[in-house]
Amino acid sequence: MRFERAHNHTWRKIKSALAVGIAFGSALLVITPLGLVFFYLLINGAGSVNWDFFTKLPAPVGALGGGMANAIVGTLELLALAGVIGIPVGVLGGVYLAEYGSARLNSVLRFLADVLNGIPSITWGVVVYGLIVLRFKGCSAYAGGLALALIMIPLILRTTEEVILLVPNGYREAALALGVSRWKTIVHIVMKTASKGIITGILLALARVGGETAPLLFTAFGNRFWNHSLSQPIAALPLQVFTYAISPYDDWHRQAWAGALVLVTGVFCVNILVRILTRGRGASVV
Amino acid sequence: MGVAASIAVEERSVQERMARPSRFGDKAFEWLTLAMALAVVVLIILIGWQLWIGSSVAIKKFGFHFLTTSTWDPVAEQFGALPFIYGTLVSSLIALVIAVPLGIATAAYLTELAPLWIRQPLASLIEMLAAIPSVILGLWGIFVMIPWLRDYPFPWLKRSFGWTPFFSGPIYGPCMFAGGIIIAVMILPIITSVSREILRGVPDLQREAAYGLGATRWEATRIAVLSYAKKGLFGAVILGLGRALGETMAVTMVIGNTPQIAVSLFKPGYTLASVLANEFTEATTDMYLQALFEVGLVLFGITILVNLLAQLLLRTIAAKSATRAVQ
Repeated sequence: MRFERAHNHTWRKIKSALAVGIAFGSALLVITPLGLVFFYLLINGAGSVNWDFFTKLPAPVGALGGGMANAIVGTLELLALAGVIGIPVGVLGGVYLAEYGSARLNSVLRFLADVLNGIPSITWGVVVYGLIVLRFKGCSAYAGGLALALIMIPLILRTTEEVILLVPNGYREAALALGVSRWKTIVHIVMKTASKGIITGILLALARVGGETAPLLFTAFGNRFWNHSLSQPIAALPLQVFTYAISPYDDWHRQAWAGALVLVTGVFCVNILVRILTRGRGASVV
Repeated sequence: MGVAASIAVEERSVQERMARPSRFGDKAFEWLTLAMALAVVVLIILIGWQLWIGSSVAIKKFGFHFLTTSTWDPVAEQFGALPFIYGTLVSSLIALVIAVPLGIATAAYLTELAPLWIRQPLASLIEMLAAIPSVILGLWGIFVMIPWLRDYPFPWLKRSFGWTPFFSGPIYGPCMFAGGIIIAVMILPIITSVSREILRGVPDLQREAAYGLGATRWEATRIAVLSYAKKGLFGAVILGLGRALGETMAVTMVIGNTPQIAVSLFKPGYTLASVLANEFTEATTDMYLQALFEVGLVLFGITILVNLLAQLLLRTIAAKSATRAVQ
């Protein structure tokens, strides 16, 4: 009897250790693709990332060399366009959810924003195609920027709301007690206190849409040359990577790896910057 | 008397002068932010409306057959989306079969089983995985994952399970199975991080009770934490399903893009999102474009339903744990 119980206990302990081992293995398996993608990006892409890559236009079919200067600038232009629309709408919408509104209305809006965040990004491409491209007879940087902006809005809205809710009420009360009007309190005290968090949210949203390809396929469309007018098609880094990856040419594959390496480096730099920005966040609330 | 009254009047007018502009500013600012917040409502209506009017002619012409027939012939203007719906569902199902056990086990590891020092770095790495753009995972899929799958795991699967219809037939490389695997990689971070939040929300009382009864670490996790969080974990899985259904670039690059309904997972397939990515710019006739808009409408319909369900599930959990905390 006594022996049996001891035996049982050992077995239970072994089972527990086994379960921990399996869970550890799963965690390892989950992050394996991260390591593998990085490894292959470095060995396949690093060789082609050179001065030409950042300064030259894509080479004509068949010719070696060339770069992605236009795609890098194009992505930055698209992000600027997206930011002009997406940042104010997202931030001010988040302010409303955190500072005004009835509990019921706000929970509905929050719910819809979360649902919107789950809509496939290609859907935005189709919608903007119908709204802008068909109407104005052609793909353009404006259309691409708008598609990215619409993806950013619910993202920024939710992060802004969350960080503004973290600002202690005492700040608002102190400002209001000094006779500062409500909106000035919000803009100068609350949003200023939460600015680090708001900027973090904006940066993450930019990093996210900067890597998006699907919504740009038939809005920004891509361009092998410099874009001279925002109402013309424009190149973007993820689009160029896609075009080169599915092409049959080895040299283009090399360029695709190089483009991917540059894109991932950009996205990761923003993520790491955000981590540094939010590092000392434990003590002060925001 | 007269002086006092005039002073009172003066005071009031001073107050009004001070108050009025700021009150106007308050109202204006509130309305401005409200208008921006309502953007989320406008956006949902805008998507539905645009997809609907973009596909109205196709909806009228093909009716319900659009969803149940499998001819996709732009030249003859015959459009049936069944192979795409099938491909979307099957590839997402494969992804869930892979990602759900891995994601939940990882979440349990992160909150219950791992040594404390390992938890934060591991969680950060998983967030980094989430930050990799889809197109880059697709690039890696084409040139690294598919050749490897074709040389090692696929022949083994065929030898061992070739007698089932799922792993029979020739191995091409790009196929439904490869699509499912790449989607699994894409949705693992979200399933893991949402599950982690859910498990974190399980009250410590649960754990203490289990340990108090002499449970081992795994027993406490299984009995007190995982089964308590069942509903929330289901919500996390549904959220992952929503992302899987709409995953576009990486899948398009590895699934083979052939509109067919094949039982073998080694055969190429096609998804709703991939057909949009590949054919939208090639749509030369109005009816072709209409049919593609309808594909978009179907995709939007499915993903919005799945996301609504996921958010409802996760919200009831959050509400429940909030009332617990208050009690």
